[in-house]
Amino acid sequence: MEIQIKLNDRPLKSDVSPDCLLIDFLRAQGCYSVKRGCETSNCGLCTVLLDGKPVLSCSVLAVRANGHQIHTLEGLQEEASDFVTFIADQGADQCGFCNPGFVMNAIALFRENPDPTDDEIRAYLAGNLCRCSGYEGQLRGIRNYLNSKKA
Amino acid sequence: MITIKNYIRASSLQEAYDLNQSKQNRVLGGMLWMKMSNANVNTVIDLSDLGLNTITETEHDFSIGAMVSLRQLELDEGLNRYSENAIQTSVRDIVGVQFRNLATVGGSIFGRFGFSDVLTMFLALDCDVELFQGGRISLEQFCAMPKDSDILVRLILKKTPGHFVYSSMRNSKTDFPVIACGVSFFDNTYHFSIGARPGKAILLRDTTGLLSDGITEQSADAAAKWVAAQTPTESNLRGSAAYRTHLIEVLVKRNLMEIGGKMHGNPNQAE
Repeated sequence: MEIQIKLNDRPLKSDVSPDCLLIDFLRAQGCYSVKRGCETSNCGLCTVLLDGKPVLSCSVLAVRANGHQIHTLEGLQEEASDFVTFIADQGADQCGFCNPGFVMNAIALFRENPDPTDDEIRAYLAGNLCRCSGYEGQLRGIRNYLNSKKA
Repeated sequence: MITIKNYIRASSLQEAYDLNQSKQNRVLGGMLWMKMSNANVNTVIDLSDLGLNTITETEHDFSIGAMVSLRQLELDEGLNRYSENAIQTSVRDIVGVQFRNLATVGGSIFGRFGFSDVLTMFLALDCDVELFQGGRISLEQFCAMPKDSDILVRLILKKTPGHFVYSSMRNSKTDFPVIACGVSFFDNTYHFSIGARPGKAILLRDTTGLLSDGITEQSADAAAKWVAAQTPTESNLRGSAAYRTHLIEVLVKRNLMEIGGKMHGNPNQAE
């Protein structure tokens, strides 16, 4: 089936099978930040923005994205750059495996709620599982990042 | 792994219904549960173009389209004002924001899944469903029906004045509930909806008169014991039947005490 989407702000036309998952389609386009983690729609590693909203690309058919806009971390380098650098400097990136999904969802959080409380951060990122269980580090990193923006 | 031969975006409910009469075809909700199955599906039917992704509010009710996401439920001010935030509470621990942006009300309700917080919540409310062929029936009636090939179009939540509380017990924050519990008071009746038993949610009404003199520690305790005794539970990996029965007693009492507080203008505790 032919689909037309905007991937990282670039129009793209492609043929996909009806059961091709968005994650596989995106990786075939070279978006390797989108990674397969749990395969049970639980871990948030495969998070992308679909029309600006964070979704699990492992659970969306690529054909369903037809006519929509997709952003992966590859397309948000500028927006993510400050935050990712800050998180790394804070040592909050741990092993790094969950970072692409974590960063994508953090960006979605900042867009939706630029000044979240700690509880709002925890709630928004509850769907991003960290294999190192580095949640406190992530929270500290985000808090410090947001505080640094205010300073 | 699921395999799918064809994908069709239905252009009308009639088309979706006709396609859904074949047992080899499936209606797509959020696809979160379906994608983990091993089904070989001939045609998946997408309802995305049918305008079922909105919540509309009138003076008398809310109309919640089958393709409304759980995140929309969570953020809808009207729904949460009416339900005293019980609806938000019922969905906010379902996996994560990314999951709730995909999962649909229709998928949760039509599936009548035992673990469903959404079904448990809406059962405790004054709620009907609209089916394409079956018309409008109560959610309670729908919940008791065997699955068929009709199309769930929307939920109709009546704005019956009342008080509503929802709580659940989870082994970890974003896991399925071990037990889920909605308690409401409307039409002069207390309603108790218990889900994740682990079977599908059931609805009980207080027919005992235990609460007829109001909610106190003692009456809430007695009513909670009654609900727990009436509710069949089973064991699975998340918890034993006995543990679930105990949790029902705890959550029903807590929810009742909160309802009692709301009745007396104090949302945090009963009189």
